Amino acid sequence: MAGASAKQVLFEPIFSNNPIALQILGICSALAVTTSLNVTIVMCLAVIAVTAFSNLAVSLVRTQIPGSIRIIVQMTIIASLVIVVDQILKAYAYEISKQLSVFVGLIITNCIVMGRAEGFAMNNPPLLSFLDGVGNGLGYSVMLLFVAFFRELIGAGSLFGLTLMPTVNEGGWYVPNGLLLLPPSAFFIIGLAIWGLRAWKPEQVEEPDFKMSRHKAKEAF
Amino acid sequence: MEHYISLILKAIFVENMALAFFLGMCTFLAISKKIEAAIGLGIAVVVVLTVTVPVNNLLYNTILREGALEWAGLPNVDLSFLGLLTYIGVIAAIVQIMEMVLDKYIPALYAALGVFLPLITVNCAILGASLFMVERDYTSGESLVYGFGAGVGWALAIVALAGIREKLKYSDVPEGLRGLGITFITVGLMSLGFMSFSGISL
Repeated sequence: MAGASAKQVLFEPIFSNNPIALQILGICSALAVTTSLNVTIVMCLAVIAVTAFSNLAVSLVRTQIPGSIRIIVQMTIIASLVIVVDQILKAYAYEISKQLSVFVGLIITNCIVMGRAEGFAMNNPPLLSFLDGVGNGLGYSVMLLFVAFFRELIGAGSLFGLTLMPTVNEGGWYVPNGLLLLPPSAFFIIGLAIWGLRAWKPEQVEEPDFKMSRHKAKEAF
Repeated sequence: MEHYISLILKAIFVENMALAFFLGMCTFLAISKKIEAAIGLGIAVVVVLTVTVPVNNLLYNTILREGALEWAGLPNVDLSFLGLLTYIGVIAAIVQIMEMVLDKYIPALYAALGVFLPLITVNCAILGASLFMVERDYTSGESLVYGFGAGVGWALAIVALAGIREKLKYSDVPEGLRGLGITFITVGLMSLGFMSFSGISL
């Protein structure tokens, strides 16, 4: 990526090269934390911070790391950053950190962090790497917030915990769709989101494994 | 005994790592195009999980947890904040050791697992199982059973998905959904199927 401008590095990952929709990175946590927007935003901020700073740190020491042990060095940097984030969350947002349970820790193995450290920060100067980290974190956040928006709105009739459509249980009119709070719905929403994104940007469509041939037998019509 | 059987069934079906907690999704989606590859990866995950969860459990209970260092004369030390770093280090080290041992003594299995072993270090299912073990306070026996069950559940899910995807490539999928999109929806349907196990206990 020689000569990539700062702006490109920052904004490309949001739609054109989205880590979740195109690079298949970081899906694990994308699905589990999206039942309510509050939790999702905290998770997004945590991921953006970790990705950006791990990229910065890895990029700063990239010429000193021997090739054979680079993975373990990156792991250590990332794990230390995640511990910092985890401790901050426990100190200032205890309720939310309880809801996120193990998923803060799992940022360590979030492929986005590792993938960007290995794929970008190892070959680029610190500032660009930092922006790349922020950009990929944002790309991840956009997808997560999209999913969380629908899951909370349709599943519970609220946004950010504020009731928009009063549910039947509370004497309102809206019958919530419980499916949206269950795990499978996240898969459907992301699948459909990918469909939408690819309809908008057709160059992301994958090549089919086989081409359908035309019908040759007359009886088929 | 009954307790352990119940735990193993719960780990495999009710709390399936891949389909209920979305752990190990990246590898789950990337390596499920061919059944053989999926089986190889599945076996590797079962082996690694069965070893790493009990080892991390041992470390947690003897060194990290609050008051665990009493045997060393330090009853007030709480090292649990070092947990994440320890678990990932243990996992990376065990994967590395396992690679060398398999290469030396069981070359056939080593060749079959091939590139999947190193990949497993960054598989969230492995770290996830260790974190769940800590959160739920399992004893060492429980953690062994839980590690094995979680691995089997994950392996089962990826082999099933690979089977579906092998058939799926002959079907005519709308253009934008091809590849990743339809895979997500398939996994969603599988996950819906697995939901029917919820609430089962012995």
